[in-house]
Amino acid sequence: MFSSLFTRRQWVLFSALLLFWLILMNSLATDVLITGVVVALLITFTCGNGLTFFTEFRWSREAVVAGFLYYGYFFSELVKSNIRLAQIVISPSLPINPGIVKIRTELTSQMGRLMLANSITMTPGTLTVELDGEWLYVHWVTVEHEDIESATRHLAAGFERYLKVIYG
Amino acid sequence: MATMLDLIGALLLVCGTAFLFLGGVGLVRMPDTYNRIQAGTKTTTLGTLLTLLGVAFIHPDWSFKLLLIAIFLLFTNPLSSQIMARAIHRNGGDQSPLTHIDRLAEDKGR
Repeated sequence: MFSSLFTRRQWVLFSALLLFWLILMNSLATDVLITGVVVALLITFTCGNGLTFFTEFRWSREAVVAGFLYYGYFFSELVKSNIRLAQIVISPSLPINPGIVKIRTELTSQMGRLMLANSITMTPGTLTVELDGEWLYVHWVTVEHEDIESATRHLAAGFERYLKVIYG
Repeated sequence: MATMLDLIGALLLVCGTAFLFLGGVGLVRMPDTYNRIQAGTKTTTLGTLLTLLGVAFIHPDWSFKLLLIAIFLLFTNPLSSQIMARAIHRNGGDQSPLTHIDRLAEDKGR
C-alpha cells in the first residue's frame, strides 16, 4: 500500500526514524507508536530527499564486509590520533604546526565523499574545512605534507580504500 | 561477576573523563579557532564514547539507549565542527600566525 506512496529512499528513512524512536522510548504502547509514526512521516515528507547512511550503498557482500572493516579501521585511527593530540595538548611547548592543506579524493559518490570528509573530521588533528567537488580542504594541526599527492596519501587513502568498495 | 563489570565500567569512565579533561585543556591552550575546534570538539569524541561505554558496563540494561546516543554523536559531531570551521573561514576569522600554509585562501582568494 505504501510502496506507491514512498520512494525506496523515503522507506529507508521512515523505518530508521521509527526504529530509533521505538528503541529510545523502549515501549510499544499505542500513543508512543502513533506519535512515532506521525513524526516520522512528517520528517520523511519534509526532508525525504536528503542523504541517508544507505543512500548509494552498494548492496553487495563485499560492501558489507568493507563496512565492518571500515569501522574497525576508523576506531583504531580515532584512538591513535586522540592520544597524539592529547600529547600535544599537555606538552608545555605546544608543538603545533597548523595549516590548511588540499587533498583530492578518488571517490565519485556524494555519500562516499561525505563519509570521507566526516571521517577526516572525526580523527583529531585533522578537520575538513571545505568540500568542493573532488577537492577537500583540511585543517591539520601538525602539517607533515604540503603537496596534494602525499597529503592525500597520508590523510585520505586509508579511509578511501574501504569507502570505494562501500559507496564508490 | 557484577563487581568485575562495575570495575571495568569505572575504569572506562575514568579514561573517558581524562580525555574530556584534556579536551578542555586544549580549548584553553590552542592559539586560534581552528585548533580550538580540533581540541575542544574532537578529543571529546573519544572521551564521550568511553564514558558511554563505561556506563553500559555498569548499567547493561541501558545499552541500547547508550548506543543510540553514541550513533547520534558520531553523526552530528563532525558536521557541526565542519560547519563552524567553514563559517569562520568564509568570514575571515582569526588565524594563528603559526599557520604557515592555507591552500583554501590561495584558491578562493579569501
